[in-house]
Amino acid sequence: MWLNHGKLERHSLLLILGIVIVISIGGLVEIAPLFFIENTIEKVDGMRPYTPLELAGRDIYVREGCYLCHSQMIRPLKDEVERYGHYSLAAESMYDHPFQWGSKRLGPDLSRVGGKYSDSWHRDHLINPRSVVPESIMPPYAFMANRPLDYHAIQAKMSVLKIEGVPYTDDMIANAKADLEAQADPFSAGGTKLKARYGANVVQRDFHGEPTKITEMDALVAYLQMLGTLVDFSKYHPERGGNSR
Amino acid sequence: MAQREKDQHSGTETTGHEWDGIKELDTPLPRWWLIIWYATIVIAVVYWILMPAWPTLNGYTHGILHASDRMQVEKDLAALKAQRGRQGVILQQASLEEIEKDPNLQAYAMAAGQAIFGDNCAPCHGAGGGGGKGYANLRDDIWLWGGSLDQIRQTITHGVRSGDPEAHVSQMPSFGRDGLLKPNEVDDLTEYVVALSHRKADAAAVARAAPIFSQQCAACHGPQGMGNQLVGAPNLTDTDWLYGSDRQSIHDQIWFGRGGVMPAWGKRLDEASIKAVTVYVHVNSGGSGQPSGPLPTTAVASPMSSNVTP
Repeated sequence: MWLNHGKLERHSLLLILGIVIVISIGGLVEIAPLFFIENTIEKVDGMRPYTPLELAGRDIYVREGCYLCHSQMIRPLKDEVERYGHYSLAAESMYDHPFQWGSKRLGPDLSRVGGKYSDSWHRDHLINPRSVVPESIMPPYAFMANRPLDYHAIQAKMSVLKIEGVPYTDDMIANAKADLEAQADPFSAGGTKLKARYGANVVQRDFHGEPTKITEMDALVAYLQMLGTLVDFSKYHPERGGNSR
Repeated sequence: MAQREKDQHSGTETTGHEWDGIKELDTPLPRWWLIIWYATIVIAVVYWILMPAWPTLNGYTHGILHASDRMQVEKDLAALKAQRGRQGVILQQASLEEIEKDPNLQAYAMAAGQAIFGDNCAPCHGAGGGGGKGYANLRDDIWLWGGSLDQIRQTITHGVRSGDPEAHVSQMPSFGRDGLLKPNEVDDLTEYVVALSHRKADAAAVARAAPIFSQQCAACHGPQGMGNQLVGAPNLTDTDWLYGSDRQSIHDQIWFGRGGVMPAWGKRLDEASIKAVTVYVHVNSGGSGQPSGPLPTTAVASPMSSNVTP
């Protein structure tokens, strides 16, 4: 057999077939099981799909390439846990398509930025980062404050995410626009229905501080203020079940 | 391939391939390379045995060392706590007053507090605590919600308008935007507030605004405009301005009635950290924590105060 490898090497189709077989063994053994093992994504309390406003903010986050400088992945290392809080869990990005873990850490990690600063700080900081953090090298995103949020396609986006496995219900998709508008208005009566659909931990307020309009600033700040706040860590135990890894 | 041709010049076997009379030597791989290659294979097998390696149908092989990043970080954090040692424990148990009085503990709390402040508080309050427009200056002894050790701890733990059930809550009405006052009344009030802070103002406007002030503003800011820390109403007679001291800024504040939000840190920081940062803020402010008088002399405590516009 060892002496006959010449036959395999001289026949291009046979060689390609051999390569494909060898490489797929790696994939089948290392990757495929992760899709079927139950504890690949740990079970946690509190994770929910993003609300339409948060989803629109997430799209802006992706559009502006925030992930190029900011990670959303606190590694289980003591210095990161001391600085940013509990290390990230796989479950926390289970509704991200694609996930925003990032790889370049030019700016601080954003996995737990939700609730760390006030809305007005985010607004000041996005309009001119140097006004609050003099040493910052982040570019300004002042235009978001003036640009109305374009959410005409929000239902279509949610339908696509549903196909990808995000558990949006038909009710959620049908009421997406109403929910989006309700979340940005602290006085909206639609807030009760929004919370009934997505859970009590949805924050309903005027993120931008401009009560007359819904801007991209509203959506992005809503997304940022939600980051890392969903999972109830009082009920998470790393030593339990499939959680240790 | 039984008999392979040997190259006469080098003595090495050829592969048997020939291109226009040129033949390829089948030189064996260098021994040092082969040894390293076999060693990596051996190391991989050892690794599979010791460390988590292969996915299985309902989990993964744990390896005989049972290594786990998540359990390791728990150990590292516990070790960090132990390394911080006795002073860290005392910080947790001692009262704020005891920490501040004991020179060693105070030095420890100040060092720890500075690091925590830099990570969590500096983005709003500035690296030196000098604040900015909308973010309180912590280097002076002028306080919206009180500057005693306990009051500072209360503010840090529960925040201001943060949604925390014990947070400080108060709301200045948007007198202009919501039409509670007419535009000319807001203009007059602006002059009145300028006069309160001992600056030159339009006397006629001040006289017109006096009844409006006592009706609309005095309930929170006091009849003399000295403020009230119970509702976070600032003293209007001093030189410290949260949203700016010029006429336009004062006008805007009456018009929009902005109220800043400070997040609650009780769930984000542990008790010892909150104590350390409380002592850090208190000591840096000058540390009296008394309600501010009509003309405080410590208003500009550091050149970093940026919210005091001359």
